Amino acid sequence: MSATASPVPSSLLPLKLEALVKRFGQVTAVDSITLELRNGECLGLLGPNGAGKSTLIRSIVGRVIPNAGQVAIFGAPANSAAARTALGWVPQELALYPRLTCRENLESFGRYHGLAGNGLQQAVAWCLDWAALQDRAGELSKNLSGGMRRRLNMAAGLIHRPKLVLMDEPTVGVDPQSRNRIFEMIEKLHSDGTAIIYTTHYMEEAERLCDRVAIVDHGRIIALGTKDELVQNAFASRSQVLARFADSGGGVGAWVEQHGGRSVHSTAEFTVKHPTEIAGLLDDAAKAGLELVDVSLRRPNLESVFLHLTGRELRD
Amino acid sequence: MILPVIRTAMVSLRRDRAALALSFILPITFFTIFAVIFGGRRDTVPKITVIVVDEDQSQVSRELVKGLEREGSLVIRTRPASNMKGVEPGEYTASTAEAAVKAGDVPVALIVPHGFGENPISFRSDQDRPTIQLLKDSSDMVAWQMVAGLLQKVAMTSMPAVMAEQGLRSADQFVGGFTLEQRKRMDAGLEQLSQYENVGAGGGEAATSNGPGSGGIIAVTTRGVVGENKNNPMVSFYAAAIGVMFLLFTASGAAGALLDEADSGTLERVLSSRVTMTTLLAGKLAFNTLLAFSQLVLMFVWAWAVFKLDFLNHIPGFVVMGVCTAFAVGAFGMLLASICRTRAQLGALSTLVILIMSSVGGSMFPRFLMPAAMQKAGLLTINAWAIDGFTKVFWRDEPVSHLWPQVLVLLAIGVVLFAIARKIAERWEYS
Repeated sequence: MSATASPVPSSLLPLKLEALVKRFGQVTAVDSITLELRNGECLGLLGPNGAGKSTLIRSIVGRVIPNAGQVAIFGAPANSAAARTALGWVPQELALYPRLTCRENLESFGRYHGLAGNGLQQAVAWCLDWAALQDRAGELSKNLSGGMRRRLNMAAGLIHRPKLVLMDEPTVGVDPQSRNRIFEMIEKLHSDGTAIIYTTHYMEEAERLCDRVAIVDHGRIIALGTKDELVQNAFASRSQVLARFADSGGGVGAWVEQHGGRSVHSTAEFTVKHPTEIAGLLDDAAKAGLELVDVSLRRPNLESVFLHLTGRELRD
Repeated sequence: MILPVIRTAMVSLRRDRAALALSFILPITFFTIFAVIFGGRRDTVPKITVIVVDEDQSQVSRELVKGLEREGSLVIRTRPASNMKGVEPGEYTASTAEAAVKAGDVPVALIVPHGFGENPISFRSDQDRPTIQLLKDSSDMVAWQMVAGLLQKVAMTSMPAVMAEQGLRSADQFVGGFTLEQRKRMDAGLEQLSQYENVGAGGGEAATSNGPGSGGIIAVTTRGVVGENKNNPMVSFYAAAIGVMFLLFTASGAAGALLDEADSGTLERVLSSRVTMTTLLAGKLAFNTLLAFSQLVLMFVWAWAVFKLDFLNHIPGFVVMGVCTAFAVGAFGMLLASICRTRAQLGALSTLVILIMSSVGGSMFPRFLMPAAMQKAGLLTINAWAIDGFTKVFWRDEPVSHLWPQVLVLLAIGVVLFAIARKIAERWEYS
């Protein structure tokens, strides 16, 4: 699936990808992806590990040369001077100098982006404030906690105040409290009008932060839209019923399939148009001799959409 | 439980190819190098090149020169090598021979003075007689002593008739005179000895040498033309020799930061900014050069403060050689870092290459002690050119303008190594 072409001139679009392909030997990591990012938009790339999200990001940054297709950042090709200026990249790795302090790290990356003098100092001050690291400005980055290092890693990608920011799983390995703080940073950036591409395999992050979500699997965008659009397209107005039964051999799986559901791990999933359908399901289960452990009803989410589209869970 | 420990260690070692190579290749490589240098293979025994200026041009002096030429361990030069136009240059004179020793072309020169042939040998040390001058480069502590000893040996073996005649003359003088009959017999003996010498059997082995100096059969005056007035003759040599070796280690370690940055992802982030790979490598090279130069400054200042090296009078030459050496060494480090994939590989490869370069290039023992082939091989190393340059500055007191061969070679090495490193670093640029 691909996004529809926008009437907005590409020079005004933060990002435009056209039929992008990247192969590593026999493996196609990015398979003909076409995508547009709108001004001020936060677009989530949601997919499991190995789906091709990072390769796509690295193609946009210019660190990967695509086999085919085009990348335009405000109309400029990837790796051009204009693209480098407009683009900020927060890599998944903690790409910092461990023996430099927070301030020194930010100053170094600022200079690499051509900042100097007052402009550099103002940018450093903004970054320290944004990442809530003012009181740790003189601390060596290797001595920071994991969450702080993540924040510094993000700040280093924004030191030159880019108009388009690519964030590659910035919350990997971060505790819930630090993750919340990172969300707040991203929300502030978003509210300031920065266009953001945010890759994650956490459905909750995509739901909270992103205006639109592109679901990526095997190098392709298999669905694109707002969360509601994706759920609507996949489930219409149906809800999900999740039921767990006591283990009684192979009978559960056959019964679930017979009733149009599917088993994921130890849970049976069904979709129902109306909650009253649950009573009928449970009645049938009892007649089949299945012992119900618990049952719940929920509105489908992005994870449900991913499961629906791929037959796999996001974290598989 | 010991076996599982051994097994685990062996598997780990097998997987770490760099460590494996270091464990086995390095000792064999070094054994080979040292065996070639000191093992005494006949075709690689070092020969000493000696300039001989025969001012006397007498029968006796020619015999002496011929005798020296017959010595297998000496290479006798009486005139410089032909120039590029093929014009045969004139013979060395006392002054050009001295200049050649000063320039480091040869370690020893012998000047056979006018009148030497009239009274070449004497058994009295207080006798006023023409003496051969031995001009030496004091940095080579072995060569001049060997030449002095061989000179006495050659006198014994190449000029037996002259020696016998001189001996009889002395005996005649000090024992009160021979009878007529005795003189006849002695003349006949001398004639026979002379005929035997002319047949060409004069190269017989002498059992011993009377040793160097004016106490020998041939009077020799030894004069150092280089380094005689130095406070501590070998300090500058070792400052350069050891300095360059450790510079190479430091440079490879500093360049290893590139591998750390590649591992951590910092390199990619930097390359996504306005910094290009060429700019980045040039910056690293500049840093490595600065670091290496600072080390050299520290080493030579230490030598000046502690070992009285005459540093302050050689600062321009030191700066020129220091910068060029640091540049070449810095580029060498960049090349190693770009070739290696991991720190472990860098550690193994740099140890191997640096120790080989240092042993062949003269950082561990002077190159003049090595066989000729090994001396030539040394010219492929940064160490040899750097040490030669520093020796010119601190030992021979040569002006900065004389450093151009070393400067050119070191700069060329630096440029070429950096260009190769840049090419190899393309693997980090894109995937």
